[in-house]
Amino acid sequence: MKWRTIFSSKTMGGDEEVKVFGMWASPYSRRVELALKLKGIPYEYIEEDLSNKSALLIKHNPVHQKIPVLVHNGKSIPESLVILEYIDETWRNNPILLSQDPYDRAMARFWAKFIDEKILSTTRKVSFTTGKEQEHAIEEVTEQLKLLENEVKGKAYFGGEGIGYVDIVANFLVFWFGNLQEALGINIFSQHKFPFIFEWIQKQLKIDMVDESRIPKDKHLTYIRTRLAAFKSASK
Amino acid sequence: MAGELVLLDFWPSPFGMRSRIALAEKGIPYEYREEDLRNKSDLLLQMNPVHKKIPVLIHNGKPVCESVIQVQYIDEVWHDKAPLIPSDPYQRAVARFWVDFIDKKIYELGSKIWKTKGEEQANAKKEFIECLKLLEGELGDKTYFGGESLGYVDVALVPFYSWFYAYEKCGDFSIEAECPKMIAWVKRCMQKESVAKSLPDQEKVYEFILQLKKVFGIE
Repeated sequence: MKWRTIFSSKTMGGDEEVKVFGMWASPYSRRVELALKLKGIPYEYIEEDLSNKSALLIKHNPVHQKIPVLVHNGKSIPESLVILEYIDETWRNNPILLSQDPYDRAMARFWAKFIDEKILSTTRKVSFTTGKEQEHAIEEVTEQLKLLENEVKGKAYFGGEGIGYVDIVANFLVFWFGNLQEALGINIFSQHKFPFIFEWIQKQLKIDMVDESRIPKDKHLTYIRTRLAAFKSASK
Repeated sequence: MAGELVLLDFWPSPFGMRSRIALAEKGIPYEYREEDLRNKSDLLLQMNPVHKKIPVLIHNGKPVCESVIQVQYIDEVWHDKAPLIPSDPYQRAVARFWVDFIDKKIYELGSKIWKTKGEEQANAKKEFIECLKLLEGELGDKTYFGGESLGYVDVALVPFYSWFYAYEKCGDFSIEAECPKMIAWVKRCMQKESVAKSLPDQEKVYEFILQLKKVFGIE
């Protein structure tokens, strides 16, 4: 079942058409919505059923056929990190997500890449493996989170004076990761082990748009458990 | 503005080649330092503690890691010479998408071609060619992916050409036969000094792969 939500604002120029093809439980999809909400950009949200992808999604992302995809005035942009930079470059109002300084931009891109290519990738292994393989993945992701912890130590935000690119990419830590570990019955991520990330989370929650982007917990836990069960029975 | 610029690199690395090309395109002098990956220097470990990998670009003592991040950094710092990344946000997004695609597919599939045999290798070859064909589609009738001049996607992709001969020998196939447009584009790129001087000889890369296969016990 697909549903559409239209956030409209009379203050926006009427000729801007922004659509997001997303999935409510996807941290990649959520980060795109968060960026748009933070910048006050109205958009139409199209929920995709990933087991039955729409023809429109496939049309807008023929190469990967994945969410999220941003469609701006008919132009399709897939890949969440590409989308975030596009949003920041197209709508130059606050919050500015990436600094103008080339070195700061390089560092922000580095950590965003690290989150996606390492932390989230290893998290998938934690979810979908068992026994020794899972133990190893848990050790790996713990080490990776420690590096991120070190990066936010002593800072209010990953970037600068306010919420920025890396904070948005790291948004999966605010709700998604906690739900996942609860569903898996493991304890990788705690205030005791990662005090600085937890402090950062508390600051994030004070931002209305972040708090409002909370994933409904029970729905999320049920979703994760169903997926894990399906995966386990498929791999028998 | 140049200041002190050092590139920690390893001669057959297609990722290192990207930064070499970007710096050469813009005529920026730098110190090239060859790393022995079996015996990484203290400087490399200090400058890239997270990944401990090359290439690392060190500008006035500050490290920039990851080749795609380096190319963007180089383009932003030396923005007045030979721009690589488009200025229009949508064109930038398109270029970034294809560079991300190249990173997700080409290296991994190429590695499978020389590391594996049988069905796994056959599947890798098939997918590799499919990816090159998608890239050919994106190139279209343009001289370069960047249009009339070398762009971000060209710089990200062309280094893999130095590995094509190795892939072809290991996989027993011809990339030119399957993707003539891709090879025609490569030849245009190789006419540029910045590219020709940054890519090692294909036969040298093939010898290197053969050595790696011996070391890893791959037939």
